[in-house]
Amino acid sequence: MSAAPTVSEKPPAPRAPEPAADPGLGATIAAALFGAKGLRLLGTWILLGLVLALMTGKDGTPDKPAHAVVEDIFAPRIVTFLVIAMVMWVVVALWPVLRELAAGLVEQARGPAAVVTGNRYAPIGMNLVLLVLAILAPLYFSTAAQQSMVNDIGIYALLALGLNVVIGYAGMLDLGYIAFFAIGAYATAYFSWTKAAPPLPVHAPFHLNPFFVFPIAFVLAGLAGIILGAPTLRLRGDYLAIVTLGFGEIIQLIANNSSWTNGPRGAFGVPHLSIHLGGLNYSWKLDPKPYYYLLLGIIVIVMIAFGRLERSRIGRAWAAIREDEIAAEATGVPTLKMKLLAFAIGASVSGFAGVLFASKQFFNPGVFSLQASFLVVTIVIFGGMGNRLGVVVGSVILQGLAFYLRDKVPATDRYTWFGAVVIVMMIFRPQGVIPSRRRKREIQLAERGVGHADSLGAAPISEDLAS
Amino acid sequence: MSTPSAPSQRPASDDAPPDAAVNGSPSLGGPTADDLVVEARDLTLRFGGVTSLGGVSLRQRRGEILAVIGPNGAGKTSLFNCLTGAYKPQEGSVHFAPTPEKSYSIVGKTPHSITKLGVARTFQNIRLFPALSALENVQIGAETRQRHGAFGAIFGSPRARREDRAGIARSVELMRLVGLDHRLHELSSSLPYGEQRRLEIARALATEPKLLLLDEPAAGTNPSEKLELAGLIRRISETGVSVLLIEHDMRLVMSVAASVVVLNFGQVIAHGTPAEVQRDPAVIEAYLGAQDTETQNTEIQNGETQNAEPAAAPATGKDLA
Repeated sequence: MSAAPTVSEKPPAPRAPEPAADPGLGATIAAALFGAKGLRLLGTWILLGLVLALMTGKDGTPDKPAHAVVEDIFAPRIVTFLVIAMVMWVVVALWPVLRELAAGLVEQARGPAAVVTGNRYAPIGMNLVLLVLAILAPLYFSTAAQQSMVNDIGIYALLALGLNVVIGYAGMLDLGYIAFFAIGAYATAYFSWTKAAPPLPVHAPFHLNPFFVFPIAFVLAGLAGIILGAPTLRLRGDYLAIVTLGFGEIIQLIANNSSWTNGPRGAFGVPHLSIHLGGLNYSWKLDPKPYYYLLLGIIVIVMIAFGRLERSRIGRAWAAIREDEIAAEATGVPTLKMKLLAFAIGASVSGFAGVLFASKQFFNPGVFSLQASFLVVTIVIFGGMGNRLGVVVGSVILQGLAFYLRDKVPATDRYTWFGAVVIVMMIFRPQGVIPSRRRKREIQLAERGVGHADSLGAAPISEDLAS
Repeated sequence: MSTPSAPSQRPASDDAPPDAAVNGSPSLGGPTADDLVVEARDLTLRFGGVTSLGGVSLRQRRGEILAVIGPNGAGKTSLFNCLTGAYKPQEGSVHFAPTPEKSYSIVGKTPHSITKLGVARTFQNIRLFPALSALENVQIGAETRQRHGAFGAIFGSPRARREDRAGIARSVELMRLVGLDHRLHELSSSLPYGEQRRLEIARALATEPKLLLLDEPAAGTNPSEKLELAGLIRRISETGVSVLLIEHDMRLVMSVAASVVVLNFGQVIAHGTPAEVQRDPAVIEAYLGAQDTETQNTEIQNGETQNAEPAAAPATGKDLA
């Protein structure tokens, strides 16, 4: 299954050995379909079709374990799945051929593309269209869908944008990212409360509008990130993954067991966001739409801000650390400081999102589960690490899928589908839905043994140097 | 020119600073401490039981081009790694004086802070940032001296914009110096080998070093590129940067270096002008084994010494070079 359609934008790097003479389109297509690779693909797709037929069909029973197999596979409906499998086989097998053709045409049109502009702005027009779509979207969906668009898609898009700084920009793995979200949420419950029904047994001696908790949570979560990161970022990257994993668990356990956090009952009655500015009075209440637009605004601002960051010296320093930490250090990049900065920025955004979440609705420690952390990581990788639009789209697709499946499949099956989508994605498009150009190049180069694609492996001082 | 005849007789005490390379060089006269850009004393570096550097001392005059030669495994790159903070030697000291007034002890400092003090390096096995453009590679070097932070970058503060422009301008200028200004936006890993070497030099220069360490800059380059490289090293030296050079190509060393230090088995076995070092029996022995001095001598002078190293390379040396 090595037919990953990674789109190469760089002709000078020879990919597959190409035949000297063009054998003609028909022969090429036949070779792609019926060569060893093509046949392997066919087998894979038929297998996938069978698995899908099983998954979507009847359930087995303890006394007749083969029931599902008989009902699902030896039945007319199997034809549908086999047809789908054949279509997918043809499309995937011919994908490289089509791409070659398209690349040839593009190259004819604009000449060889050895030139890279790593910092090219995404086409403005495209972004505006997407923004308009995002603005109009809630008008076409039910209230339940709108709720999901805020709680699941929007919040997770913001979280993914923050985690993207850690994973996509600095190349580190943070598996307890939701802990900072929890810090933001509980900070909101602590600082923003009403006399009538305080959300937590403990609270600040003063009341704050949740809007004023935004900067507090931003700083608190960032500080937590620095405290957690300062000792661990000195170690190899994989230790960071383990430590953050543990941190995420600790925060959830504290939230679950401490009397200060109300234990598993969670925080109830955090006041909604409201604005009182001169004559302007507005409160966010139960309707999800205003939250949606607020969140959309924040996401757009964060995307613009991180785009500027990515194209700045900070972003380039992160790229340097990802690609070759030793060389970065020798070129004067303070690698530890820069990694810590990425970690703190990511944590801050997570805390920020926590405030929004807490002020919108009731929450309990179950929200801050390990699964939530993994979900954010999955969204970032699925969407395309290092690409801001990519991770937002990843959130829309994955969380949208989760919402869609809510009524379609049994709750126990939902994550099976979820996993299947992610697996298929990783096989055919490991760089994500909308990959970052730079990241994609790094992955391609790292596969050929040039440089690294993340900063997980190399500690600043390693035996590597001596070679 | 003082050349101990056998390793065992080498002085290893702090008090007797080896009459450094500079002393042996007739053209340089007796240097005072003010003149030294870097002074390493009795560096000892061990990896478990293997001694990579056994009391190496080295002094380099400001503005001088000093070459370090020696067979594979002699400890040349280990020496570089000690000077740049990548390795911390168990014993010994390194003092670096970016200006005559200032002197810093750099043992135990992190590599990036040493780079900030003014020591830059290239790597023996090229270590560019492969997925970035050539210009971005150099920009990263230029930007290490900039001050604006994340907020400045996000909000586009005047300083951030000014520094950003300055960084690009400086990088383009350096790319021109190394003759790569026609490659600005190309992927660094797609450049030809020789150009990658020069790009690495540009990136090192972008950090505004006072001392530039080049680790085998001519390795794998063709004769005409070597000629260009010699010119480039001289031009760099003329801008007031001291150059410390590891090189196997004796012709290049002869043409650019004012003096040469020869390492073998982690010890300094000779220093002097290139011509003196080439005639030195200990050096010839180190490179070629100790027979038939006549023919070997001519070989060293004419050919690349790297062709003749196996005789002296210790078994473990490959990992350390």
